Amino acid sequence: MSAPLLEIKNLKVHFPVYGGVFQRKVAEVKAVDGVSLTIHRGETVGLVGESGCGKTTVGRALVNVLKHVNSDVYVDGEVIYHATDGTTTDLLALKNRDLQAFRRKIQMIFQDPYSSLNSRLSVKQIIAEPLEIHRPDLSKSEVDDRVRWLLEKVGLQPEYALRFPHEFSGGQRQRIGIARALATNPELIVCDEPVSALDVSVQAQVINLMEDLQKEFGLSYLFIAHDLSVVYHISQRIAVMYLGNIVEMGSADSVYFAPTHPYSKALLSAVPEPDPLRTDKQRIILEGDIPTPLNKPSGCGFRTRCPIAQDACAKDVPVLQHKANGSAVACPFVT
Amino acid sequence: MPTFFIPWPTQESVMAKSQHNHDGESYGKFVRRQFTKHRAGVWSVRIVACIAVLALFADILASDKPLVASYRGDVMFPVFKQYAVDLGLSTWDPSLATADFRTVTYDWAVFPPVPYNPTSTDKTLTSLQDCAPSGEHWLGTDNIGRDVLAGIIHGSRYALSIGFIAMGIALAIGILLGAIAGYFGGFIDIVISRLIEINITFPRFFLILTIVAMVEQGSVWLVMTIIGLTGWTNIARFMRGEVLRVRNLDYVTAATALGYSSPRIIFRHVMPNAIAPVLIYAAFGVVGTILLESSLSFLGVGLPPTVVTWGSILNKAKASTSSWWLAVFPGLMIFITVCAFNLIGDALRDATDPRLRQ
Repeated sequence: MSAPLLEIKNLKVHFPVYGGVFQRKVAEVKAVDGVSLTIHRGETVGLVGESGCGKTTVGRALVNVLKHVNSDVYVDGEVIYHATDGTTTDLLALKNRDLQAFRRKIQMIFQDPYSSLNSRLSVKQIIAEPLEIHRPDLSKSEVDDRVRWLLEKVGLQPEYALRFPHEFSGGQRQRIGIARALATNPELIVCDEPVSALDVSVQAQVINLMEDLQKEFGLSYLFIAHDLSVVYHISQRIAVMYLGNIVEMGSADSVYFAPTHPYSKALLSAVPEPDPLRTDKQRIILEGDIPTPLNKPSGCGFRTRCPIAQDACAKDVPVLQHKANGSAVACPFVT
Repeated sequence: MPTFFIPWPTQESVMAKSQHNHDGESYGKFVRRQFTKHRAGVWSVRIVACIAVLALFADILASDKPLVASYRGDVMFPVFKQYAVDLGLSTWDPSLATADFRTVTYDWAVFPPVPYNPTSTDKTLTSLQDCAPSGEHWLGTDNIGRDVLAGIIHGSRYALSIGFIAMGIALAIGILLGAIAGYFGGFIDIVISRLIEINITFPRFFLILTIVAMVEQGSVWLVMTIIGLTGWTNIARFMRGEVLRVRNLDYVTAATALGYSSPRIIFRHVMPNAIAPVLIYAAFGVVGTILLESSLSFLGVGLPPTVVTWGSILNKAKASTSSWWLAVFPGLMIFITVCAFNLIGDALRDATDPRLRQ
């Protein structure tokens, strides 16, 4: 396995909930509650889970934008960046100015290609702006050249540079978003459901583009999605999240074909079977709804819906147990 | 106006639904093209342009000084010389300094189409019947012989400048406070929102009346400033809502992730996308401001009595009810101006609303 790039240690993100006349904090949404994950150089890690499990919040924590949206959000833990020369930096501890140098190394692409581009700016302005900020040494013509080069890299004609985002289809807009993320020469790109807003044929094109770019630039991806077959296709490793915690993590094959955690099993059994003659597939239907992260169950978050829950599950939060094949499961009752 | 607080169609949805193939067209051009389809709106722009021309060339259109005159053998341009004198660049010939230019004997003179100042009184009129519209005074005069047409022409200056400057003050305060409240949120938002609510609880017109009544010497600038300082609350509320919407769009997250500074994000990414509906509101706001100034002048407060505005001519109609021309003509001007700005606001709103697309 190659060198680690980003090491997430016990990440916690809690959003305050305000109420009452004076808008006091009355509760906390524990969106991410102790996530640890390592992303290696050149690797794609898939992060799956149902809506509201905190996977997007993990991605946003990595690009350090949570405090900008809500200054009262509680973020704890470490996000350690490993430089190629072996030095390590905790990104969460950095103040804004020191963070600037690391911002360009971790970029993000978004789910909705319609809201991810500023419709007032031309494509050229959108892609050139990161360069203006992070490469003030470049001349105007060098920036121009690089914008054209980036557009070609993401499969768009360089002549499109002067057009505005609304003149493009969803897939093309997603490519513009990728070009913007690539502009700063990042090492990790957080992909927040990058293809779920596109139709299937375009999904395949964008996925292939992302794979090509990964090979060419040695990028790492944190691929956040709920479409399990897409995640399996692109990822080397997959982590499954439930209610703010990672419940299972391992190589794509082991998680996709041989899940062990009861939640992963149920999640994977929900993948639609394309072969109509195969009717033997077992569908595990979970009972009840996902508990609110406002008031998580004690101990294991999944115990209220778990088919193999026991009394002991209410006591301690299960930690990830590493297994022989390199995967890890947060449940003491499975092997 | 409650209609402004319905969810606004986003720029993205507007552009996505429009069927057009205008390559390289920015949002501004797009809105302009849609605007030209609104005929009443286009005509309103022309009407406002005409009023602006009236205001700009008021001295050339209506003045008691000749445009060109030969006086004691010298050719002079008294209307334009007055500008230079006002700026301190020149002085009047001693024989003209206090003269009534209409009674000076010239070799020859070309007067403006309306040869009266709004404030100069025509002493040849002896009875109220003489004040009615006539060949001399096309729209009549008020009870002390001041020409109504000259008053209307010069009054357009006050109407437009008070409309735009007061609205400009309100926009500057409202947009800035609204954007700050919306973007930073938290404690700042609470403080600004409460400030807005406190301001809204005062009835605006009576607040202005009270302030104006307390100041001994009223002036145009005072009225503009007071109208502006009391009119920003709705704009701020509106802007705050828009910024709250735009701030959570993904491209702002992308901008943050790329390390752009807060001012850059606010001014380059958030404001341009949040400001369009606010500017539409401003078109209606100009109407409110013009009406407010007219109402103040009609009541005879605020502006000094030497300043002739449309509202102050209306005020004179109160005293002499048989002088119908004092009520009809300035009233008509206010009506036309207000209608024009309202229609411009309507057209702007339609141009950004996909459901009303033609």
